[in-house]
Amino acid sequence: MAERSFKQEVTKLRLGAGQEFEGEGILAVTKALLQSGVSYVGGYQGSPISHLMDVLADASEILDELGVHFESSASEATAAAMLGASVHYPLRGAITFKSTVGTNVASDALSNLASGGVTGGALIILGEDYGEGSSIIQERSHAFAMKSQMWLLDPRPNLPSLVRAVQQSFDLSEASNTPVMLTLRIRACHAHGRFDAADNRRPAFTLKDAIEQPRRDVERMALAPATFVHEHEKIAQRWKAAEDFVREQGLNERFDGEARHVGIIVQGGLYNTLMRVLELMGLANIYGDTDIPIYVMNVVYPVVESEVLDFCRDKDAVLMLEEGQPEFIEQALHTILRRAGAGTVLHGKDLLPRAGEYTPRVVMKGLRRFLDRHAPELAGRRPLPEGVARMLEPRIPPIVPSMPGVALEKVDEVLPRPPSFCTGCPERPIFTAMKMVENRIGKHYVSADIGCHQFAALAPFNIGATSMGYGLGAAGAAALNTGETDRRTISIMGDGGFWHNGLTSGIGNAVFNRSNNVTVIVDNGYSAATGGQDILSSAADTPTRSTRHGIEAAVRGVGVEWVRTVTHTYDLQQMQSVLNEALTTDEPGPKVVIAQSECMLNKQRRIKPRQRQMAKEGRRVVKEQFGVDHDTCTGDHSCIRLSGCPSLSIKDNPDPLRRDPVATVLPNCVGCGLCGEVSHAAVLCPSFYRADVVTNPTRLETLGARLAGTIIRFLQRRLAKQEYRHAA
Amino acid sequence: MPLEATPRPIKIAILAMGGEGGGVLADWIVATAEHAGFHAQSTSVPGVAQRTGATIYYVEVLPGPRHRTRAPVLGLMPVPGDVDVVIASELMEAARAVQRGLVTPDRTVLIASSNRVYALPEKMAMGDGRKDYASLYEAGRAAAREFICRDYSALAERSGSVISATLFGALAATRALPWDRQAFEAAIERGGIGVAASLRAFDAGFRAHADGPTPSPGAASPATDAAVDPRLATLDARIGREFPAPLGDILRAGIVRAADYQDPAYAALYLDRLRPLLDIIGGSDPSCRLLRETARHLALWMTYEDTVRVAELKIRATRFDRVRQQHGASAGQALHINEFFHPRPEEIADMLPAGLGRWLLASRWAGPLLARATRKGRVVRTSSLRGFLLLYGIASFKRLRPRSLRQERETAGMQDWLDLVVLLAAEDYDLACEIAECPRLIKGYGDTHARGLGSYRKIMAVLPALRGRGDAARTVAGLREAALADDSGERLARQLSGIAHQV
Repeated sequence: MAERSFKQEVTKLRLGAGQEFEGEGILAVTKALLQSGVSYVGGYQGSPISHLMDVLADASEILDELGVHFESSASEATAAAMLGASVHYPLRGAITFKSTVGTNVASDALSNLASGGVTGGALIILGEDYGEGSSIIQERSHAFAMKSQMWLLDPRPNLPSLVRAVQQSFDLSEASNTPVMLTLRIRACHAHGRFDAADNRRPAFTLKDAIEQPRRDVERMALAPATFVHEHEKIAQRWKAAEDFVREQGLNERFDGEARHVGIIVQGGLYNTLMRVLELMGLANIYGDTDIPIYVMNVVYPVVESEVLDFCRDKDAVLMLEEGQPEFIEQALHTILRRAGAGTVLHGKDLLPRAGEYTPRVVMKGLRRFLDRHAPELAGRRPLPEGVARMLEPRIPPIVPSMPGVALEKVDEVLPRPPSFCTGCPERPIFTAMKMVENRIGKHYVSADIGCHQFAALAPFNIGATSMGYGLGAAGAAALNTGETDRRTISIMGDGGFWHNGLTSGIGNAVFNRSNNVTVIVDNGYSAATGGQDILSSAADTPTRSTRHGIEAAVRGVGVEWVRTVTHTYDLQQMQSVLNEALTTDEPGPKVVIAQSECMLNKQRRIKPRQRQMAKEGRRVVKEQFGVDHDTCTGDHSCIRLSGCPSLSIKDNPDPLRRDPVATVLPNCVGCGLCGEVSHAAVLCPSFYRADVVTNPTRLETLGARLAGTIIRFLQRRLAKQEYRHAA
Repeated sequence: MPLEATPRPIKIAILAMGGEGGGVLADWIVATAEHAGFHAQSTSVPGVAQRTGATIYYVEVLPGPRHRTRAPVLGLMPVPGDVDVVIASELMEAARAVQRGLVTPDRTVLIASSNRVYALPEKMAMGDGRKDYASLYEAGRAAAREFICRDYSALAERSGSVISATLFGALAATRALPWDRQAFEAAIERGGIGVAASLRAFDAGFRAHADGPTPSPGAASPATDAAVDPRLATLDARIGREFPAPLGDILRAGIVRAADYQDPAYAALYLDRLRPLLDIIGGSDPSCRLLRETARHLALWMTYEDTVRVAELKIRATRFDRVRQQHGASAGQALHINEFFHPRPEEIADMLPAGLGRWLLASRWAGPLLARATRKGRVVRTSSLRGFLLLYGIASFKRLRPRSLRQERETAGMQDWLDLVVLLAAEDYDLACEIAECPRLIKGYGDTHARGLGSYRKIMAVLPALRGRGDAARTVAGLREAALADDSGERLARQLSGIAHQV
């Protein structure tokens, strides 16, 4: 079960001609796939394209009607290899994952696919996870497009353009027998907008047809000598076909302005930012009318030579707005202009930063430099709004130049607020236990992995030294394996990463190479970081997928002898003793600890409605929550340093004699129990209590409470006589 | 030829943390705008920020009929200096908006919730790591054209809803968007989820606008001027007679605490113990800093948290009521209160008369037996008769406390400190003040207490080397800060070794 239910959104996939679609960009793209007659869709979830996968997972009925096969692929490599179905058959296929981590994993399949080329349209939808809000390394997908020769679209970020781009991508792919990559930037994925829907199309040639009439053509296989031919074919035929198609179908756009002697070339994805900047400078209006001619590259690879030369003709100077580095497009433009002997001056990263996101402020500064030099009459056409002018040059530059920020002069520090483990997260106690074991037996090298558990690298745990890639936690410590020491390394791996590749790249590898190290597999039942999708080992019963394939069985299957499964990670005593044993046992071979507890976000979503229903039916329901007694808390906050739970906070100390704030538990506590465990295991403090509020208590329970209450109240009255207070 | 001027969008940025409903708020704004026939676009960069991190939502609304005008080109991210309305769900997020340049005095209406959701470094500090509230507030006030700061979080809680609904009400009340109240409410109704509670919260947020600023939670300080228990009237009168007036509140709190901890005689002892310092420093301490800090820490030291005290506080009727109220247990619901204790042999020995306690710790059979019995923590249900009686029994050791092992140890430590303060008062006033504040380090239970006490002792140990030096006071203050910087004791050790090198 995914984090969000998309039952509502699924109905939007049924819209037809004459109706208006309203919703998020990524959903519009999903709808566009169905309108394009796609036959199969695969992919691997991750921000910002998770919703595409989640919606399709909830839309099995519609997909069945259209004869579309949908898979949550085991990895991006699996997804990319799926496109093999379009090599020989006129089947349209689409896959999706996030850049560039996804393209990295998928590279092998993508290279093989691109070499032989495709018959049916093959589309790779990339969530371009770059800039503010990104969760990955900052690299460009562009390099992958170039090295394997797949066309790359970066459309203008409005819903009609995105939808059009999907359909054009398939057409382009078929016209040039080349896979096409479509990048969707984070904000475009999450943009709310509208477009006029069209009817969904059931493909003429179906998967059934393909299976029943097998085809083969060894010339299309990535097998020498065909591969040598492919390389020439890519340049001589496919490239030309693509350029012709892009030009003839008008995939790129030109907006002509009255100033003929200067112009701007922009990646489609940056168009809205550019237009806002021009509007603020008085050089465009809100409807996109512009004083300066603009050439919008919705197709950023290949660069269409004739269009570039045509745009640059008669222009003294042109500015290329290209985000990210290296500046591949700018280099291509220089080559085109120089080969043609054109006199147009081309500017780009000489006037704009080489690295980082092109925010409006960055673009505005670059544009002003360009205009000052080549069209000063336009530069000062209208004064900037007062606030914008003031913010253009911050008094103290931000730490990362492309990140927004001006310094505050008289303000106490504004602290960063990075993501962390949710309230009640079952992964937190794993790291609490590690921290406590570390306090006892010393520090160990920790190789981290991708997933929610990566937040352990930040305060208050500060655990984890490297993360080499998804599922590569154990592999990341593979070199640190020597008989010269008894000290072991600890690797972390999530269940998502484990099934993605960790089973072979980490665990199998450790068995084969006789590693002595410890791997902790965090098994929370979902691919939690990407939105709570089910995976092989999920406990959920779903009609469309096969689940409940235990991690322990898999680990033992590849030859691990020493495996311990902790089924309740909140049990700090057990968690500590298992970790301790793993780090100290004499048994040879890799040690695998499977730390198992359900993702709390998903658990709450699962049990809350059920509890409400039970309470309504008059059945006994217990709600557990923790609390802190402020009169015994002394304000040291050790508990917070061992937990970091968002619902464990601080408040003013009500004691007039004390200054340091006391700990407090916020109402969003889900009663996971870690606070109590921490105070037990760390011998912390008696201030924590758990309040069990019982709705519909049993009769015996009520009777017992009444009886105890009578005696307790009698004794409490006696106690109260010794109590001294400030008179109210 | 310049282009004709066209309408300009209204730009709204929402800064919130994961789980606060910032996305819902953005959706409501878009829904209201589109229902009114306007063009609207929203976007966000949630990424991994959905997991409690800070995130930003951005909305643009173009006034004018959607169906009769061309589609506008709307922005996907706010331009610093070009934002009409900024909504922040928390005060530091408001300051963050200012820091990002989104709030400018020429145009921005800043709606900020005055509550604080503390960032982790603020929470995990060993002392008080909270950032200065007033400066965060001032940042918003100084930067915005209009600054609307109310506790929208508390209003939401009182309405049984979430902050996004009260903030939506606040937005409606600013009139920054060209619709009346009903249009906003209609968007909530059309949303169809939790409508009644959201509307209640919307109303609270809307009305708070007219109510004027709520007092900032940072400004509130615990009330100390309340009258004391009538049974302590004689001591109260003594405070008025013998001690400088500015000390009254601390001393009154001190006698109440001491009497509550033991008995009125103990409270009298507390005042007696302050006399020597008062006699020495008396009128020459106009700011009362030394007396004040000494009085404060003396009261706390004399009422150290022992097992007996904890047991007594846990079983009081007032505490039971507080728990019931805090967790919203109604009369028809049963409430079980479970305490988490992990007493060790040391704590048990501490409760006993000094001789017996010492024997227990030294005994070759009783000690280990007890250690085995207390290896694990226990959960005691104080709301059950059994659990209650157990703690009631422990609390009754109060009568033995004056002769207990712990009392002997604490009194000795306290007296050493007090003597030192008195000694230094005449010799180096500033140093005496710093020493008076050092017991702040001793707090908590178990290992935490041991660590704090260890730091305290280390500082006391270097004192002989510091006395007479001009920077002694500053050095001690620095050492105290270092002890509170990390719980591994690294920074303190570094600074102490620095001092060792100097002498």
